[in-house]
Amino acid sequence: MSVGQTETRTGTIKAVPVRHPGRWVAAVAVAVLAAMLVNNLITNEAYNWAEQLKYLFSPAVLGGVRNTIWLTVAAMIGGVLLGILLALMRLSANPLLRGAAWLYVWVFRGTPLFTQLLIWGNIGALFPTLGLGIPFGPEFVTAQTNALYSAAAAASLGLIFNEAAYMAEIVRGGIQSVDLGQQEAASALGLTKAQTLRRIILPQAMRVIAPPTGNEAISMLKNTALVAAVPYLELTFTVQNIYSHTYQIIPMLVMACIWYLFLSSIMMIGQHYLERYYGKGYAR
Amino acid sequence: MSEIMNMPGDALADGLMVKAERVCKNFGHVEVLKGIDLSVRQGEVMCIVGPSGSGKSTFLRCINHLEKVDAGRLWVDGHLVGYRQRGDKLYELREKEVAAQRRDIGMVFQRFNLFPHMTALQNVMEAPMLVKGESRDAAKARAEQLMERVGLSDRMGNYPSQLSGGQQQRVAIARALAMQPKLMLFDEPTSALDPELVGEVLDVMRDLAREGMTMVVVTHEMGFAREVGDSLVFMDGGVVVEQGVPREVLANPQHARTQAFLSKVL
Repeated sequence: MSVGQTETRTGTIKAVPVRHPGRWVAAVAVAVLAAMLVNNLITNEAYNWAEQLKYLFSPAVLGGVRNTIWLTVAAMIGGVLLGILLALMRLSANPLLRGAAWLYVWVFRGTPLFTQLLIWGNIGALFPTLGLGIPFGPEFVTAQTNALYSAAAAASLGLIFNEAAYMAEIVRGGIQSVDLGQQEAASALGLTKAQTLRRIILPQAMRVIAPPTGNEAISMLKNTALVAAVPYLELTFTVQNIYSHTYQIIPMLVMACIWYLFLSSIMMIGQHYLERYYGKGYAR
Repeated sequence: MSEIMNMPGDALADGLMVKAERVCKNFGHVEVLKGIDLSVRQGEVMCIVGPSGSGKSTFLRCINHLEKVDAGRLWVDGHLVGYRQRGDKLYELREKEVAAQRRDIGMVFQRFNLFPHMTALQNVMEAPMLVKGESRDAAKARAEQLMERVGLSDRMGNYPSQLSGGQQQRVAIARALAMQPKLMLFDEPTSALDPELVGEVLDVMRDLAREGMTMVVVTHEMGFAREVGDSLVFMDGGVVVEQGVPREVLANPQHARTQAFLSKVL
């Protein structure tokens, strides 16, 4: 091309796009698999959709759903608060506090949640009585553990104590991700350590903490199914009870999955807004 | 803090804002400050220059106790920094007392260190509300004034990430001024800026000096030191090598190390 033709080059480019035959092959393969799945869902009698619809909003199932929801909420709130405390202990200047927090995380993260929940369900065998008193000294009030303690307490405590170990690491990572200059700027303005943590460090750490915490919350929703080990009647244990006398095993389990998917979808929406809130001030 | 005399009585009478006596600071085995003696008068603008690693930033950070002094004494406005003296004994100040001392000392950092999760205006409002317990309305009113004073009244709702370096540093100055400090410390305030943005920050500092603010400025801006500074201190290897009136020190340095340094930067 000669210099004189540059005028024509300033127009919008109309080029032949690159062909992507691989994409077409993959799309067809996925479409076929999807069609097979839909066909199965419709034609396979074993799903017994009518049976599922019968139980979907039954009082027993709704009770199980309610217990699953409150366990998830309680475990996450308790786990986050205890996790923040453990993270601050891990970052403390006091070696005893650091060591204690490390030991906690080591124990609760290093053993299966299911096993921990079994222990929480049988805690009465380990501590037959609970009392208030002086350590290694006299006790003022004592009570039978099993009288004070319920399956609900065992289930929620088991989940909280386990979750706190994971949250501690997430929170610690978040706090450590905040630039040291932030601490200095706050100190130079005369803020105390507690004010700096609450107003400057934690809000910034939340940007890093929020996404994995959302994942933890969604994991927790599903992990509540493990409290059948206590035993405590949440959604999965409830449908097990139902199919143990109706023998409609698959329909009940699929129905439980539908409930879990519905709840986790709601949580994903919440996670989206939470991340957007704590991401303010950061250009993408 | 008046229980025991904190400072030699004559120092306050002399109108000294900062007085340092044989201030030493070590990082592990490295001696960063080897006995600094300096005084800053009320209303004085002192510029500290020197090669990197000379200890000038460390000394600045000692003034508001971001670094602990290992030996010697440092007073700000008549108060011993970081310690309380009873008889011959020194007692470390509690965290809250250190925070109270810092309220009167503003600091501006090389990397701005604005709070990224707050708007520019919120950055300026935060400390007066938290530390002085000012009402939101009062803090907001003054923050708006300060933003106007640093020429950013149209940027109050922006987050730091939406501002240029020069604008961020001007917000940082407004944030420090919001605490109505008696003394302002500047730690290489223009070193992280693109060259064309340096001027707007120096302009704000020049205005501040003209209004009588006591300032200690660690800087590489020799033009600013000459024009605005009342005194110039050249530091190297953790000691004050030379000090005097900026124009004279810059034009006619007495010490060989000062001459060598200035020949490279001027």
